[in-house]
Amino acid sequence: MSTSDVVITETRTMPYGFTCGVVAAAGAFFGLFVGTAQGSGFAGIALGAALTAALAYLAMAYLGTAQERSFKWGVIALFAVAGLLIGGLPGLIVGGLFGWFIGWFIYWVGRCRYRMTLPPYLTGGQVLWHYSFRVLCGAIFVFLITPILVVMPLSFNAENFFTFTPEMLAFDPEGYSLRHYRNFFDSSEWQQALRNSLIIAPIATLLAVTFGTLAAIGLSQPHVPGRQVIMAILISPMIVPLIISAAGMYFFYSRIGLQGTYLGVILAHAALGIPFVIITVTATLVGFDRSLTRASANLGANPVTTFFKVQMPLILPGVISGGLFAFITSFDEVVIVLFVGSAQQQTLPWQMFTGLREQISPTILAVATILVGISIALLTTVELLRRRSEKIRGMSPG
Amino acid sequence: MSDATADPGKIEGPTPDDPLAQAKALDNVDAQGRMLAADGTPLKKSLARSLRIQKLRALMLIAPLLLFVLLTFVAPIADMLFRSVENQIVSDTLPRTVEALQDWDYESGEAPDEPVFDALYDDLFLAAERREHTRLGSRLNYETTGISSLFRQTGRSVEDLGDAYLDQFEELNEAWEEEVVWAELMGSDQWLEEQRAWDEESGDPLPEFQLREGVATLLPETTRSFLNFVEFIRTEDQESPLDEEPWSRVYTGLYTDLMNEDVANYSGPHAELLQEADAAVADFETQTTKEFFLSVDEDWGDPRIWGTLEAFSPNYTSGYFLNAVDMQLTPEGAGLRDEDERIYGLLFKRTMFMSLVITFSCILLGYPIAYLLANLPMRSANLLMILVLLPFWTSLLVRTSAWKVMLQQQGVINDVLVWLGLVGDANRLVMINNQFGTIVAMTHILLPFMILPMYSVMSTIPPSYVRAAKSLGATNVTAFRRVYFPQSVPGIGAGSILVFILAIGYYITPEIVGGTTGTFISNRIAYHISSSLNWGLAAALGTILLAVVLILYWAYDRIVGIDNVKLGG
Repeated sequence: MSTSDVVITETRTMPYGFTCGVVAAAGAFFGLFVGTAQGSGFAGIALGAALTAALAYLAMAYLGTAQERSFKWGVIALFAVAGLLIGGLPGLIVGGLFGWFIGWFIYWVGRCRYRMTLPPYLTGGQVLWHYSFRVLCGAIFVFLITPILVVMPLSFNAENFFTFTPEMLAFDPEGYSLRHYRNFFDSSEWQQALRNSLIIAPIATLLAVTFGTLAAIGLSQPHVPGRQVIMAILISPMIVPLIISAAGMYFFYSRIGLQGTYLGVILAHAALGIPFVIITVTATLVGFDRSLTRASANLGANPVTTFFKVQMPLILPGVISGGLFAFITSFDEVVIVLFVGSAQQQTLPWQMFTGLREQISPTILAVATILVGISIALLTTVELLRRRSEKIRGMSPG
Repeated sequence: MSDATADPGKIEGPTPDDPLAQAKALDNVDAQGRMLAADGTPLKKSLARSLRIQKLRALMLIAPLLLFVLLTFVAPIADMLFRSVENQIVSDTLPRTVEALQDWDYESGEAPDEPVFDALYDDLFLAAERREHTRLGSRLNYETTGISSLFRQTGRSVEDLGDAYLDQFEELNEAWEEEVVWAELMGSDQWLEEQRAWDEESGDPLPEFQLREGVATLLPETTRSFLNFVEFIRTEDQESPLDEEPWSRVYTGLYTDLMNEDVANYSGPHAELLQEADAAVADFETQTTKEFFLSVDEDWGDPRIWGTLEAFSPNYTSGYFLNAVDMQLTPEGAGLRDEDERIYGLLFKRTMFMSLVITFSCILLGYPIAYLLANLPMRSANLLMILVLLPFWTSLLVRTSAWKVMLQQQGVINDVLVWLGLVGDANRLVMINNQFGTIVAMTHILLPFMILPMYSVMSTIPPSYVRAAKSLGATNVTAFRRVYFPQSVPGIGAGSILVFILAIGYYITPEIVGGTTGTFISNRIAYHISSSLNWGLAAALGTILLAVVLILYWAYDRIVGIDNVKLGG
């Protein structure tokens, strides 16, 4: 597979029958949905197929590539107006999008542009498979991303529902509001939860990063007795299922009086975050040039100065991304806090969990949207740090 | 020296083929020919020392974290393992009964004899005062239903036996009602003095009780129960024995002693009172402890109750583990539970089955994506990777709530289907609170964990292999099946084990979208911790789950290696 701007196979006009058939099939498929929504599925199929086939014939037989641009705009306008008549404002948008697609699709099929990026020797079956595979992957991506996208518009719902109201679908401003966000910022329960999350997560992260970085440096020394065992113990919080950790911590922490205290939750979360710090920092240290510390020592720096002036700046990206992992682990964690914490230590995830289980309120969706925003920010940071770290270590040219 | 040239070892001055001699010439070699470091110590020793320092420094750096993890994480896990076998509650609450029961044999098919009931009366009286008998009752109720109410019932009426004697003693002489009489009878003069001088308001601790000389041999049973009584009110209630009437248990003890011992030679305080009682006790209305317990609840005559007590009297028990695999420890030994009580086998099987289904769905959905990402040009692959990483980074609860929104009966998917006319408004699909909901939501949540390891394996497969296979005449299918797929199997293995390990321990998602049929073993563990309070069973279930995960993890280590755990691309 090659980049899209290279033309491997020359385009040509396909037989009209083929073009019209394929486009009509697509038209029938979309027509089915419009038809069922309007009452008659069969009429939709027939009308959709006939309309799109006629458009395809018009474009291929009379207009050609010379008037491609004006044809496409015409189709968009046609379907937008049709949509407006059938379904109002949302119909206009859906119709416009469909018009754009069908205009592009007619020329893509009719001018054989789908072969442009593929080697000329492929059989028809192989080309079909190639595009079916793409469509399949597209569907899986839709599965991956839709749930997250669906949450966002619903959080602006004016009603107390977990689903789209007719007003929302009509793009009526009445159907949207910020009340759930307001609810989040006004409710003392949610604010207490937010405050708890913002107390617990940073302290747990700080603990995990401090101990974890030191230990990772120790582990990366050439001679460590029992490295395998130590590594296994340090990684274990990531391996053991959360419910088991939670059960054990609940039993043990109630024995020593840490159950239901901030300290208990913080310690538990720090333990969970440690494996992430260890893994990312040791991975960064793999590429660390040991002669730098020797050179620094040779120039008269003591180990502490060497660490802060030479080693730390170089492994900092790894430390920060490990810290971010530890932070998100604690910030997202709910099983441990449910057991180790008490009502006083309610965090955001706890509040969401009880909300989902007991009283269903779209405020949860508002919080979810805010959290998605936070995770996008964190994802971007980690990605940038990873690139920077690779650049520093000269592992990638970019 | 003169014929030095004949012996190469004696050559003065370095020769290229004799490093030892060469080194000798640079005067850092000692008399035995050992190399010396700059400070004059032998080089070998010096190197060993620096290696030791290096090791020590590495360990010093690791130690704080290791200690931290051991304390905050490993100790709790060890505690859980311990709790799954710990069973001290029976022998702690009923120590004398447990001891007395050793002579009893369940096979006899009869309830034990008088001495065991005596011991039970003793233990239960104390336990009831301490309010511990209900805890023991609910513990044993997990094993044999009905014990909880039996213990509660008996705990309420255990006073009655002694009260009968108390009334008769009081009828005989009002003096037996006096706290001071009892204190003078049992306590030493010195203690009485101290106790009388004690002032409740002062806040001083109560003086240590001292027994009157000789009273222990004269009235052994009374002494023992009186000591229990004094100890209890002194430590629990902070009360002076001078102001508190003894427990009814003490009167039972007094009755037993007067029946068995001779008090004619006693000459201490209240001697006449004691001798008067001694003369009268023979005519007292009496009831043995066995009769008494049977009159409170005839279940005490049931050997099964006693069998359960005996089976759970050791300090460590396999009972929780047996419960966790649908068996139970009965007086006859370990046996299967009744057909309709076997839920854990079902739950374990369901957890395994659903985790497998989730793993397979993840393979099916993850493989095409990983293949596409590994074979696209860098730029587009990075762009599409964001679509995989965004769900990976999004809060678990956000994704779970999103699935709740999507799958509900009034949810997005059902709305779309109804709008399209594929499903009638009246019969919307039930996609949540069942296994389907759990599988869909967890497949979505765990899919990135499948794609990322697959992708990292697939991006190392050189595309030239498939091209070579095709140029040698293989069809597309053959080239994929014989050349590409075998090379991608390690990625599938790594992803599958990772997803499976994560899936079998999942709690949150099944709890929210699983209803009753879509829950996992972890939901049962949580239930036992927070609702049924059967912590031992929760610990045993957790231990079994942990063992499964560790075995899988070991397999993962063998296949992939711990060090190859990668995070987020």
